[in-house]
Amino acid sequence: MTPVVLSTFGTMVRTMFDFSFLPGYLPYFTQGVAYTLLLALGAVLIAIIPALGLALMRLSKNKFINIIAGGYIAIFRSTPLYVQLSIIYLGVFSMIKIPTFYIFGFVNIAMFIPGIISLALNSAAYVAEIIRGGILAVDQGQGEAARSLGLTQGQSMRYVVLPQAIKNILPSLANELITMIKESSLCGAIGMYELMWAAKTVGGATFLTMSPYLLAAAVYFCINFPAGKIIELLERRMRRGDHR
Amino acid sequence: MAITDNTPIISVKNLTKRFTPKICALNDCNLDIYKGQVVVIVGPSGSGKSTLLRSLNLLEVPTEGEIIFDGVNIADKNVDINLHRQRMGMVFQHFNLFPHMTVMENLTLAPTKVKNMPLEEAKALARELLKKVGLADREDAYPIQLSGGQKQRIAIVRALCMQPDVMLFDEPTSALDPEMVGEVLQVMKDLAAENMTMVVVTHEMGFAREVGERVIFMDGGHILEDKAPQEFFTNPEHPRLQLFLSKVL
Repeated sequence: MTPVVLSTFGTMVRTMFDFSFLPGYLPYFTQGVAYTLLLALGAVLIAIIPALGLALMRLSKNKFINIIAGGYIAIFRSTPLYVQLSIIYLGVFSMIKIPTFYIFGFVNIAMFIPGIISLALNSAAYVAEIIRGGILAVDQGQGEAARSLGLTQGQSMRYVVLPQAIKNILPSLANELITMIKESSLCGAIGMYELMWAAKTVGGATFLTMSPYLLAAAVYFCINFPAGKIIELLERRMRRGDHR
Repeated sequence: MAITDNTPIISVKNLTKRFTPKICALNDCNLDIYKGQVVVIVGPSGSGKSTLLRSLNLLEVPTEGEIIFDGVNIADKNVDINLHRQRMGMVFQHFNLFPHMTVMENLTLAPTKVKNMPLEEAKALARELLKKVGLADREDAYPIQLSGGQKQRIAIVRALCMQPDVMLFDEPTSALDPEMVGEVLQVMKDLAAENMTMVVVTHEMGFAREVGERVIFMDGGHILEDKAPQEFFTNPEHPRLQLFLSKVL
């Protein structure tokens, strides 16, 4: 009895760390990482402009405008990303056909564009709240001083409040990017060739149930952990020059 | 007393400001300010003096009443307040200089963006005014590099760069080290001597007595006394003012 159990356990440990698939399947992972980074970075960048609009709408005194932006943000923050992906990627984009075209040789825009738009729509809701918070954190006296000089609300926002809000916004925005790198793994579940999809596919092809995912986890960690540390460092440095 | 016009440049009529239905910061205030006058408003904390001052350029929107500035009721929602604010400079307790801009950028922002003044012209005007307040050498400094007194003098110059008809001061020396109060008051005195119309909320009784042409006492959202300084300090009528003066003088 005992030797059998031991040998099964031994096999388990061995397969857990069996990375023999790497020489053959490495491109899956390297392209997967690139795909993931493209998705996440692209989604957050695309999200910034609509997020700024949403944030300004949320700060508006006009109730109607306020409610529209508030509703958008509430919906996207209160439903799972996977559900949103399914509705937008599988649902909405089944009606809008995008031609198959490969960029960088492995990114099919017919899938990539619906995916990145889904992520960006989700991210816009979170980034809007980040921007709103950043604007509200700027001393109220700044806007008052600008308005007292005759600047319009728009000019005051553009020349005085926003440039100061950016300092509050950037660290949180970088954190949103890290979140997006992790969350974009859901895109693998609906068939986009990002990092998690690579792990799943390799797992299926090699019957390895652990090591491909461990590798994926390690890669995510090696991107996000240092990135988080760098953000912390930059944040601290920016704080230092703050007391004006 | 300076020569005053017959029509007030600012006329406050039945001004009431409620923050909530119960909290009434201003209660039926009436006040006429004439060109060239220096009006000093004093009173205990929470008396509504800052709210009254901030109402004059609509940083606080009145609940009821009118504010007639140069013949126009600026409390009217259809009035473009930005046009009128250009003509009313404001100086704040906490300076509110723009920290991400140099002194020169602080001074030229509004003239170039609001009045579309050419940058060189705005700079020349700013330099001239900086020289007057003794800070000609600080135009490239950032606000963080300045002392409190310097910041407030820059803030005054920033307002003056718009060449306003009226200057509003909201406790301009309250956030300053005692040592620096004098230099700011001196700038304000010089301004008064140039016949600038000024409305000053302050705790500096010395300034009120020396520079003010009228001193106004407020409490509980009411204007209780409005007199020439000599009268105000030697012959206060309202018991609340008598109590106030007995504590601050």
